[in-house]
Amino acid sequence: MRFGVVVFPGSNCDYDCYYVVRDLLGEEVDFIWHKERRVEGFDCLILPGGFSYGDYLRTGAIARFSPIMRAVSGFAARGGLVIGICNGFQILLESNLLPGAMMKNKNLRFICRFVNIRVENNLTSFTNLCQIGQVLKVPIAHIDGSYYADHEIIGTLKENNQIIFRYCNEEGGLAQESNPNGSKDFIAGISNRQGNVLGLMPHPERASESILGSEDGRLIFESVVRAVKGRVK
Amino acid sequence: MKEPERITLDLVRAHGLTEEEYKKIKDMLGRDPNFTELGIFSVMWSEHCSYKSSKPLLRMFPTSGENILIKAGEENAGVVDIGEGLAVVMKMESHNHPSAVEPFQGAATGVGGIIRDIFTMGARPIALLDSLRFGHLGNGHNRYLFSGVVGGIAAYGNCMGIPTVGGEVYFDETYEGNPLVNVMCVGVARRDNLVKARAGGLGNPVLYVGADTGRDGLGGASFASRELTEESDKDRPAVQIGDPFKEKLLLEACLELLNTGVVVGMQDMGAAGLTSSTSETASRGNSGMRIDLSLVPRREEGMIPYELMLSESQERMLVIIKRGKERETRRVFDKWDLHAVPIGEVTDDGYLTVLDKDRRVAEIPVKFLTEDAPVYMREEREPEYLGKIKDVSISTIPEPQDYDDVLKILLASPTISSKRWVYEQYDYMIRTDTVLRPGGDAAVIRIKGTEKAIALTCDGNGRYCFLDPYEGGKIAVAEAARNVVCVGAKPLAITNCLNFGNPTKPYVFWQFRRCVEGIADACGILETPVSGGNVSFYNENPKGAIDPTPVVGMLGLIEKMDFLCTPWFKKEGDLIILLGECREEIGGSEYLQLIHGLKAGQIPRLDLERERAVQNTCLEVIRAHLVSSAHDCSEGGLAVTLAECCISNSGKERGAIIELEAFPEILSIRMDALLFGETQSRILISCHPRNFLQIQRVARRNKVPCARLGVVTGDRLTIRRIKKRVLDLSLKELGEKWRKGLSHGDD
Repeated sequence: MRFGVVVFPGSNCDYDCYYVVRDLLGEEVDFIWHKERRVEGFDCLILPGGFSYGDYLRTGAIARFSPIMRAVSGFAARGGLVIGICNGFQILLESNLLPGAMMKNKNLRFICRFVNIRVENNLTSFTNLCQIGQVLKVPIAHIDGSYYADHEIIGTLKENNQIIFRYCNEEGGLAQESNPNGSKDFIAGISNRQGNVLGLMPHPERASESILGSEDGRLIFESVVRAVKGRVK
Repeated sequence: MKEPERITLDLVRAHGLTEEEYKKIKDMLGRDPNFTELGIFSVMWSEHCSYKSSKPLLRMFPTSGENILIKAGEENAGVVDIGEGLAVVMKMESHNHPSAVEPFQGAATGVGGIIRDIFTMGARPIALLDSLRFGHLGNGHNRYLFSGVVGGIAAYGNCMGIPTVGGEVYFDETYEGNPLVNVMCVGVARRDNLVKARAGGLGNPVLYVGADTGRDGLGGASFASRELTEESDKDRPAVQIGDPFKEKLLLEACLELLNTGVVVGMQDMGAAGLTSSTSETASRGNSGMRIDLSLVPRREEGMIPYELMLSESQERMLVIIKRGKERETRRVFDKWDLHAVPIGEVTDDGYLTVLDKDRRVAEIPVKFLTEDAPVYMREEREPEYLGKIKDVSISTIPEPQDYDDVLKILLASPTISSKRWVYEQYDYMIRTDTVLRPGGDAAVIRIKGTEKAIALTCDGNGRYCFLDPYEGGKIAVAEAARNVVCVGAKPLAITNCLNFGNPTKPYVFWQFRRCVEGIADACGILETPVSGGNVSFYNENPKGAIDPTPVVGMLGLIEKMDFLCTPWFKKEGDLIILLGECREEIGGSEYLQLIHGLKAGQIPRLDLERERAVQNTCLEVIRAHLVSSAHDCSEGGLAVTLAECCISNSGKERGAIIELEAFPEILSIRMDALLFGETQSRILISCHPRNFLQIQRVARRNKVPCARLGVVTGDRLTIRRIKKRVLDLSLKELGEKWRKGLSHGDD
């Protein structure tokens, strides 16, 4: 199968994602420059973390106008798998591929640390190798990561099982201390209604080797591989 | 800005040039310089660019060694060989004065500048470290400076996608009003991809790349070359504004361009902007350069040649390419939406010729600006204060009643406590190579595609250098080396940033000389040559010069990843062992300062041969997989080191019981000196009991004392002397003190 990593000006986790797919999973992967207008031959697109357009104006607000985003939307509408990580998630929100918005972290500072997230839905292409309630140790690194959506949207997300990850403590409990950025309803990652577009603030690509402190993030990439290869068969 | 009609002596002085220097300029040129030329001379002959006070002494540094590929001073940064065709490029630089008047932008642009120094050499920046010093946090302005500086570093480094993996933070009243912000950047390149900052090849085009030129940072190099005063706030316009996004584009575009093979030379427009980049590349290439200012992209109206030549607008590069390769070059910069404007060409006449359309606005032989800049042997005199404070008898210092309290106070002091509040604002994980994260003795960055990793740290102790600049200089190098040894790395080379007061004050220059001598001697014996560095003078506040503060950045190499070692205790039942010996040395200690309010005394003596033996022993036992942990014993002494080994692995804390009778020295050393004295050349290790004999054997062979202090166990740190309790605290309490020292519990 083939992954594509979209590179915006200011993306900086692009190579980290590329490395995980190529060197750790052994799958095919290409970079896709943001000025491209077409995406063909890919099974999964990754919108990596970083500071696209310097996060000027608002995170993801300018990147959504990059030529590639129209193609990404079309790809998603045709059922293609899309993962937005950190800044990628923010771009998906700005592009209306996912609902909600990001606010500044509750402490108003950048936070880089390992956190725990709980798998809330394992019936997706991104979590099929996880158990419901499984706790994954994955780092965050952002300043605008406090997820916000109004009551109605949160209700819809819950109803459709679109909340995929929640911040939690080591045991999987939801406690305010383990909500690092003050996200609404502990939300760390959501999908679209169809379940083929995932956005999450934590960085699974930084938790894909034991030498870096955790391999839990790899489950997300491996789930995608399993979903895609299963589909082909 | 309007050009003054006449150059008066007042104008000369306002440019930081002396009357003699001005006369020298006139003699060299054989005429009076015009206003633009005066500006050019003033920045190129400023302390910041010319090193005119420090050059003669810096020659004392050992600069060659088997791993040194490019020596200090030859290029923008030194280059160290790490094998397999790879080279590490590293440099440290100060941004003290800008950060004092505008902490966020001052620190941010400091990061931006040092990153450019690394990628101009063709290396991809892979790590940043910061050495920071402020006045006490009790003062609101210092808190503003501290949070502003940390925020600025975070904003710039995080956006660039370069992990900030280590550093140090000290708080002391000496830095009141003159904080120190030293940033170190480390890059990796293939040896054969290294680029030089030289202009060569008659007629080769000179390109201006990156951001437009504005009036920001006008004369920043001269600003950095004088003392800060209460008026310095008015210098705020001399501080530049950073745009990390633009720099990220510049970084990617330049590295992409280098791969095409069209680049002849490259230099960033840092201090002194267009002036230094043109004259320095021409000087190194023994060529000349002609540029036309009317072609320079600008973002402000009505800028005169003087302003264009002296602007320090950020995120700009000068790139010299092979003639005929303009199209390829343009293609790369177009992709990244950057300007690449031809503004001139390389000549062979040895002159820097500056045109504004048809008008010749400056014409100066480049060597006048670089090699022929004045050099001074400043007057020096041993400071009088030393006579008064050097000798402090321990018998005049009251012995504390409660050692639990002392340890808690030390752990909670901002200088010793956990720096999590700082480093969690930095993205230290990006690039997925940070194998040992901030908070250990040194950061460890693996090199993908090899078995290797590099270890990085920076160290310096201003108080030591204030009390004894020679020993303090030695200790800075030794401690940095010890730190990389503790993570399993062999120390390879250093870079440095030397922060001092006004060099025209004889006592400051004496401090400078003694520190340089100390660093030079330590680098010689520890075989870590100086690969480059930076000197920052004029660090003064209205009370006088800051404590002399040389900061040493150390590069170590871990040949095989499985040599990696961490500082914290790991296994119940492991033995705790001290390599090195304890002496009754409390002079200059954190303990003396914090508990007794004394900045005085004889600082610890450092025997460099012993130091080397301790480091060799430690490295040997780590590589033989005999130890579970290794931690350098430094500020706060043995007790703080033990506490850190117990609590620094958050969530996996391990207790310890220590029986002090293991020390033969115990009979002659006072308890506070034993617990909190900062004797050098000591490393605390832990190991499985079955490995102890082997470790002892290695130590004996190296003639290093090796004492068994106790055992890893339980959830308390207990220190006893002949079965009597000296200190006993729960790890929970220790951890809370240590973690909240800086953050005050705010998450």
